[in-house]
Formats: sequence, C-alpha cells, structure tokens
Amino acid sequence: MVILQTLVKKFGIWVAYLAVLLLLPQLFDSILAISIYNQMAIAIVFALSYNMLLGQGGMLSFGHAVYFGMGGFLGVHTLLMIENESVYFSVMWVPFIGGLFGLLCALFIGSFSTRKAGTVFAMISLGIGELIAASSLIFVDFFGGEAGISGDRTFGPTFFGVDFAQNIQIYYLAAIWTFIATIFMYLFTQTPAGRMANAVRDNPIRAEFIGYSARRVRFISFCAAGLFAGVAGGLFALNYEFITEENLNAATSGRVLLMAYIGGLGYFIGPIIGAVLLTLMNTLLSTYTDLWLLYLGILFLLTVMFLPRGFAGFIMMHQVAWLRGRLTSLIKPYLITGLPALVFLLGVVTLIELIHTEDETLSIWGLSLTPASVPTWIVLIAITGAAFYGIRRSLPQLREAWHAANKPDGEGN
Amino acid sequence: MLDVLIFATLNGLVTGLLLFMLASGLTLIFSMMGVLNFAHASFYMLGAYFAYSLSLYFGFWTGLIFAPLIVGVLGALVERYGLRRVHQAGHVAELVFTFGLAFLIEEAVQFFWGRDTKSYQSPDVLNFALFTLFGQEFSAYRGFMIAISVGIFIGLYYVLTRSRVGIIIQAAITHPNTVANLGHNVPLIFMGVFGVGTALAGVAGVIAGPVLTTFPGMATVLGSIVFVIVVIGGLGSLAGAFIASLLIGLLQSFAIASDVGMEDLLDLFGISFPYDHALADLWGLTLPQVAPILPFLLLVLVLIFRPTGLMGKREE
Amino acid sequence: MTVPNITRMHETNMTSTRRFSLHTFLLVALFGLSGVAAAQDPIKIAFIDPLSGSFASIGNSGLKQVQFAAEYFYNSKGGVLGGRKLEIVPLDNKQSPTDTQIQFRRAVSEDIRIIFQGNSSAVANTLNATISRHNRRNPGQEVLQINYSAVDPILTEEECSFWHFRFDAHAIMKLNTLTDYIAMNPDIKKVYVIGQDYSFGHVVADNSVRLLKEKRPDIEIVGTEFHPIGQVKDFTPYVTKIVSSGADAVITGNYGADMVSLAKSIIDSGLNVPIYTFYAVYDGITATLGEGGKDRIFLVHNETSNPIPTEERKQFLRAFKAENPNFDVTQPRIINALQMVVAAIEKTKSTDPYDIALALEDMRFTNLSGEEMWMRGTDHQIFQSLHISMHTDEGIEFDADNSGYGLRTIFNVPAEETVVPTSCKMDRPRR
Repeated sequence: MVILQTLVKKFGIWVAYLAVLLLLPQLFDSILAISIYNQMAIAIVFALSYNMLLGQGGMLSFGHAVYFGMGGFLGVHTLLMIENESVYFSVMWVPFIGGLFGLLCALFIGSFSTRKAGTVFAMISLGIGELIAASSLIFVDFFGGEAGISGDRTFGPTFFGVDFAQNIQIYYLAAIWTFIATIFMYLFTQTPAGRMANAVRDNPIRAEFIGYSARRVRFISFCAAGLFAGVAGGLFALNYEFITEENLNAATSGRVLLMAYIGGLGYFIGPIIGAVLLTLMNTLLSTYTDLWLLYLGILFLLTVMFLPRGFAGFIMMHQVAWLRGRLTSLIKPYLITGLPALVFLLGVVTLIELIHTEDETLSIWGLSLTPASVPTWIVLIAITGAAFYGIRRSLPQLREAWHAANKPDGEGN
Repeated sequence: MLDVLIFATLNGLVTGLLLFMLASGLTLIFSMMGVLNFAHASFYMLGAYFAYSLSLYFGFWTGLIFAPLIVGVLGALVERYGLRRVHQAGHVAELVFTFGLAFLIEEAVQFFWGRDTKSYQSPDVLNFALFTLFGQEFSAYRGFMIAISVGIFIGLYYVLTRSRVGIIIQAAITHPNTVANLGHNVPLIFMGVFGVGTALAGVAGVIAGPVLTTFPGMATVLGSIVFVIVVIGGLGSLAGAFIASLLIGLLQSFAIASDVGMEDLLDLFGISFPYDHALADLWGLTLPQVAPILPFLLLVLVLIFRPTGLMGKREE
Repeated sequence: MTVPNITRMHETNMTSTRRFSLHTFLLVALFGLSGVAAAQDPIKIAFIDPLSGSFASIGNSGLKQVQFAAEYFYNSKGGVLGGRKLEIVPLDNKQSPTDTQIQFRRAVSEDIRIIFQGNSSAVANTLNATISRHNRRNPGQEVLQINYSAVDPILTEEECSFWHFRFDAHAIMKLNTLTDYIAMNPDIKKVYVIGQDYSFGHVVADNSVRLLKEKRPDIEIVGTEFHPIGQVKDFTPYVTKIVSSGADAVITGNYGADMVSLAKSIIDSGLNVPIYTFYAVYDGITATLGEGGKDRIFLVHNETSNPIPTEERKQFLRAFKAENPNFDVTQPRIINALQMVVAAIEKTKSTDPYDIALALEDMRFTNLSGEEMWMRGTDHQIFQSLHISMHTDEGIEFDADNSGYGLRTIFNVPAEETVVPTSCKMDRPRR
C-alpha cells in the first residue's frame, strides 16, 4: 500500500500528463481541434526548451527560434531525403534528427555566446538571430528563400502500417515525443548540471567559488535548450511538412519569450501553461477580432507588471494557503473583486472594439451596439468606471484576506 | 566615382546623425538605470505619428515642437508607472517589460492610426534643393536634418558638461548610490532622463518621418540597429554612441555604394568556383546585398572580441 | 443545417466567423435543425489573407471587396443556385505560411471547399503544396485554391496543380507588357533595376533584363540591385547609385513600405526619371506619393483604371464607395474571380470543387469592364488585357486613398497578345 502511494506520488503526475496528451483527441476530434493540439505539442516543447535558458539558466535570449528553425529545416530536408530514398528510416525519427541539428548549432554558437550572461548574452542572441534570419533569405539552396522548403511525410517505412498521412496520426506521434521531451527536460533540472544552472543564474560569483565554471554551466544549459528546440522544430516539420524563414526569425523568438513569460518562468509547468494559452489565443481569439495582437500585448505587459512569475506563479502563490487548509477563505474575497474585474475587462474590450469598428453595428457578447449612438458610449463608460471603482474598493479586503490566509499558524487572528 | 564618394558620405552622415539622436537617449537611459530600453525606437515612431497628426491641423513646425514633448511626457509616465514597478523584479524583467512595451506600442499605433502608410510631408519651406552636385540634388530638408541633429548634440553636450543637472546626471551614471546619499532625488532624475531620452527619440521621429516614410513598421526597421550602436559604442558611453552612429551610418552607405562582392575577394586570391557549386549563393554575395545586416555582424564580432564595446569601460 | 443567427455578411468579420463545430452541433442537437432544406445552405468561401499584423491593410481591403461583390451581385439578388447565399468566411493568416496552414485546416474542418487567397507568393506556394497533398490524401474532401494575386510564375509552371487557379497575370506576363511600353519610348537608353532580395524581386530583375535585350538591344542595363525586404531604413544611398549610373528609367517590383520609401527617395533626389512599378498604388501609397510622384510613377496591372470603360463598373465602384468610404476597389481581379467561380457553380449546378474546376477550365467570361477573359485549361492561368497606368491627378474620376490622385490608363495590350507558353504538366485527378 505504501509502495503504491509512493509510486502514485512520484509518477502519478506523469501518468496523468501522458493520459491527458493521449486522450485529448477523444474530447474534440474535429480537424481544427487536432490541428490546435498539434500546435500545442510543438509549442510546449519549444517553450520548455526556452525556459531552460531563461527560467533555469537566467539567459535572456532574443534568438531562440534559430535552433527551432534549424531543426525544422533539417527535418524537412530529412523528409526529402527519405522521399528520394537517399536514407531509409521512418519519418517518426525526424524530431530526433532535428534535435541533433539544433544541438549542433547550439554547440557552435554557444561556444562564444555563453561567455557572459545578462545584456551581453541577450545582444549576441539578437545579433545572431538577425544574421541567421537574413542569411536564410540569401542562401536559397538550403533555406528555399522566402517560400521555404516543403516535403512529404508519407514516404519511408511505415510504423505498423501507420503511414502518417493523417494529422491525427501525427498528433499521437507528437504527443509521444512531447511526453519524452518533457520527461528529459524535467530530468535535466534534477541533474547536477541543471541544479548548477540555477545557482549560476542566481549568483555566478558564488557558483564559481564552489568550483564550477559559470561559463561551462551556461554552455551546457544552452546546448540542451538548443537540442530540445530542434526537437520542436522537427515536430514542426512533420506536422506542417514545410518550413520557411519566418520560423527562425525574430518574431518567432519573441513569441516563445511571450509564452514562457506569461506561463511563468522558473516553474517547470509554467511554459506549458503559456504554450497552451498562446496557441489558443493565436488560433481562436484571432478569429473573433483582428485586434488580438493588441490584447496579447496588453496581457503580456500586465503579466510582467503584476504577475512577474506568470500564471504558474499565480497558482503557486496559493500553495501556502492550501497547505494550511485556508484556501476556502479566499473564495469569497476573490469573487467580490473578481466580478467587478470581469465587468471592467469586458467593458474595456467592448470600448476598444467599439472605437475600432467601421461598421454601423457591432455585435459583441450577444449584444448589438451602435458606435454612432452617444448613450451607448455613456452607459458603457459608466459601467466600466463603476467596475473600476468596485475593484478599488474591494481590493483592500482581498489583500487582508490574503494575508490572513498566509499567516503562519499560532499568530492568532 | 567622386560623386558617389561625396554623396555616400553625406548620406552616411544623415543616417548616422539620425541614429545618434536615438542612440544618445538610449545610452543615457542605460547608463543611469541599467535598462536597455527595447521600446526606444517605438517612441521614435510615436514622435513621427504625433507630428503627422499635429501637422494635419497646425503644420509641420508645431509638430516639431509639440510631438517630442508629448512623447517625452509619455516616456516619463512609462517610467513612473511601469518600469519603476518592474524594477524590483530585476534587469531581465525590465528588459522583458520594454520588449512587451515595444510590441504594444506597435499594435496601439495600428489601432489609432491604421495600418497603411501615412502621408506625412516635409514643410514646403524646405522643399528645394540645397545644392546640386554631379546632377544629384541634396534637398534642403536633409540639410535641416543634419542641422537639427548637430544642434541637439551640441545642446546635449553643453547640458551634460556645463549645467548643474548635467553634473548630477554624470555623477549618477557612475555613482548612483553616492548621488542618492547626497540628497538628490534619484528616482526623479531617472524619470527626467527617461522622459528626455524618449523625447529625443521623438525628435528623431518627427524629422525622419517625412523622409523615411511613416508606417507601423518604422520602429522595427530601426529598433535593433539602435541597440547595435549602443552596444558597439560601449554601453553607457555617449561619445562611443556618437562614433558608432557615424560608423554604422557610413558603413551602410558605403557598402551600398560599393560594387564589390565575394567573387572579387576570391579573385584576389586567385580562387574561383563554378556557378553550380553547392555554395554558389555564398560566392555570389555582393556587399550592397548584405549592407543592412552588416551592423549585426559587427555587433556579434564586437561582443565576442571586446564585450565592453569601443569606448565602454563598464562590464555589466 | 442552418444556424439561425448567422449574421449578415457586411457586418463585422467578428460575428461572421463565430462558428465552431461544437456550437453548430449544440444548436442542431437542441433545435433539430438538421432537417432544414439543403437548398438554403449558404455556399461558403474562405478568404485566407492577412487581417491582422503589418500586412493587414491589404487583406482587409481585399476582404471588403469580395464581401461587397458577393452581396452586390448575388446575395441581394436572391443568391446562387436558386436561393443559396454566398458566405465569405474571413480567416486571418497574418501573411504567414504557418498560419495559412492552420487556417486551411480550420476551413476544412468547417467543410469549406473554396479558398480565396492572394497575398504573397510564399504563402500561395505553400498553400498550393498543402492543398495538393490534402486532396490526394482525402479523396471526396477536395479543396479549390482561387489565387487572385500571387504572381510567382512557378504556380502555373513547374508547380501547377489541377486545384489551383490564378486570376492575376503572372510576373513575366506583366513584365512583357511593361517592357513593350518601355521599348516604345526612344528616350530611354539606360535602365536601372532595383528590387527586394527574394524570388519575385529576382524574377522581375532577370526577366526585365532578358526582355529588354530582346526588344531593345540598344538599351543598356546600368545596374541591378537587390536589397533585403523591409530592412532598409533609407533608400537614398541606393538612389545615389542610380543617379551616378546615369539611368533614365527605373524598374522595381517593390511593394509596401519599401515601394514608398524608394519612390520618395528618388523624388527627393531630384532625379526626374520614370519609375515602372507593380504595386505603387492604394493603401496609403498613392496619398503619400501625391504631387511628387505625378506623371512619373507607372504601374502595370490587369484592369483599366480611369477612364472606366463601362457604366456597369462605374456603378459598382460608386456603390462600393458609398458603403466603404475609406476603401477603394484595389483589386478588380478578386471580383472577376468571384464572378467566374459563381458562373462555374451555376453552369454545373454543383459546388463540388472537381466540377467547378472542370467548368473553370477554358471558360471565357466578360468582366465588368467589358473585356473578355480566358482561363487557360492547360495551366489554369487567366488571360485578359493588360494595361499601363500613370499616377496623376488629371482625368481621375475614381481616385485612390481619397487623395485626388489615382491611376490613368495610358497603354493597353489586348488579351490575345499577353498569352505566353507554359511548361505546366498537370497531374489531373480522375473520377
């Protein structure tokens, strides 16, 4: 019984993770849903690899897409080689090849870029990112110019009759790869190298004192991050069967930073949350409004300002209260502040959409609003303003309840 | 050949001085606060857009005066209510904050002004050729750009070296804690410097908008180059920024003007490659083709071999 | 089945896309709507183009045009196939090949079988490959690609596909017309070609050099220059080179901000030579060039501008402007494409992409301007008369960007003279 409990405690979360990954297609199985799952799987691996740099190693990179893209480009080239039979193995190994190439690139670039952390590292990563993105348009043979290169994943030996023609088959493959990559990335955090990465991040000088070369530790993290970014790139190549310059340029590098940050740096699960959230925003929110990038920008800035540890950090903030069994005492104050906050949010979004629309009527939240009518504006502004006032009024109570819930036992009330 | 040489120098000068207007603010902000402001070029873009809107109603000159003021106030507000809050979370958080701000400003500009190119025109007074050389005109407006940039450089130099405020700022750059201990309000100085720095970027936007076109991508085009300058010049060094600005401006302009390529270089060594060679793209490269990415190459090289930059003393 | 609250098409694209399979499923389950007559189903057409991000102005303007055309020609007149409405479903691809693929899967997911797409040849190329693969792997669920604007010749040459139709003249056809026009001008002795460093820029450069050599051996190409897309801050150094080369004409395939900046720098330098372009109009460009570009910016395109030849098209333009005062009909070819696709649907009484494709092949159609167009069956390339127009404010009845300036057509090449041979060897699916 005790053994079982330990097992559940140790591996339960992983079994649950695998189960969720594998059961998702049972929940929604439309082509759209599968396509979103595939994006999520790729994004999760990519964001986790970014977290190895920034969250665990303290290296802010503006060029992480280079390794993702390089893995992807070699992935597509591998598909092409399988197609014209210069190599013979199943396409399911493409992410592995992508990972190896990502590692190779990281070995080379990391050899000089990891000497310093901080701003110097950030600037080198920016410069290298720009250089590689620019070269990708110049070296047409390997990168295919702005149209990129494309392949076909249905060649080569099948895997027990599975030819990977359908996206759902690719999803199961991607889910397994994501699971394996996640496990290895987690295990990395448990190795001495992973632990030392944290130490170097927090205080490189002290780390050097106990005998570790900060540069070497950064280099190892950097290479591992490059490897897994390459795996994500290989998954991309399998899923989309093409890759273009945009997959290694600054925009992609920026997006992975957003994912990791919004999800929560420093927590292993953070980037997973961020990847899921941003993928959903990218695919679903963008159909509702062409202003979604504006909302994304606002969300990001608010996260940096008010939730510096991201969504994962926000969840983990409640650990103490939960352990003390006081989480329930927070429900009421949360509702009292959350309700006006929700109204405020909806009000602001409605106002933004109302300013933006060029049509005579705006249909939003099931309402039909007329931008030309003054009363509409007055009512909206009044509601939004009232909600803001409501937040301001209820915030001190929430803060108090929060402190009460986190107070150590025995201090009395 | 002489005409190309002269005009390449002039063009390089215009670009270089314009870049310096951005780089000076950025490097001031960095020296004081240790923040590499990713959104700096976004304030440049805001300057151009505000000036465009003002010029529609009040003409170009009003825009020239008021747009930088608006941008400066916005900058100060960002410092007061954004950066200062994030400051507690460390430098990475600050860098990420300004990165997000750059992203948001670009979207906000598209929200308020739309996505298409704006017809922001230079004033009629300056619509003549300052001089014509070898059949090519040098417009008065470009002369005006040079004049403004030089004026600002001199003004900045004067303020920093001669005025009391300048001396406090200089002191705060090297010894922020001592300055605070002497009773100066360092947060206020920070806010002021951030405001002035962004206002300088605003001025650059106002005068560059009519020539370099006013469109939502204008910050992205310039943004990373400005960092490159600040880093190459040496983080925190105003003189370094000045030299690096001119260097980058002239480098790009001469690279474009030149007609040499990889082939010429290889010819020097007597090497030649068949055109169907696997690396044919590499052998066919020309200098003008890669001119816009040269600064990044320079950046990487400088950071590898001299991480402090040309004139920088401080390692981070 | 029909969802009862489908909003009118000219409402915001927010509402018209708010449809998920789950949503539909719930409505069907709750109200049992599945029995509603199939004749009333809308015919859905996906419009995959940038609707957010830096290229959004082009995509949004195209969307307005196709939505308006659907309303104007069909929905307000009782629909297609005896009462079925056309529904344009906007899907935002942010001009990214990756997002295009995501939106393509969404379209398939919602059982949309016709896809309109135009912006960027890179996107069109990847979409073409994606659709070919999809149609091969999923027989019975084929999708049709209606390319209204991507001009890379490869799409109707090596990479031609049975499922792809192009409604714009490709780059070489346009260059044929452009070089014809340049060759007529005896004053032009030296030409400078400058372009963005990517495939279209290279196609323009290589072919203008080749064609000018054929048509006017005495013309000297004094320079070909490539610059990275969207990276150039200031074009003046390039213009310095153009000036010192002694060029008396400039050809460029630049678009967007690179086009405006280049033209402005040339104007500012006092270099008074004609600039021959592909995309120097609309979306703020005309307004920005204004007076400085008058009578010297030329454009090759495939539908006359001022004077508008037919009253029918004038009415259409006026009606569009009345509803969308801040937009112009920038791409008449979108409307041509829609009209021809609907003609194919009406002819075959089917919305099956295979039937539509067969009907489109070798279709001849008279467009709003009264010109006959021909969709060649061998490579699915449209042929119609091509024109050169000039940026000016004289004789402009329909201006661009509400600026008073616009395009006046000054040179026409009839459709039959624009026909070029093709190397296309099409894989034709059999049914």
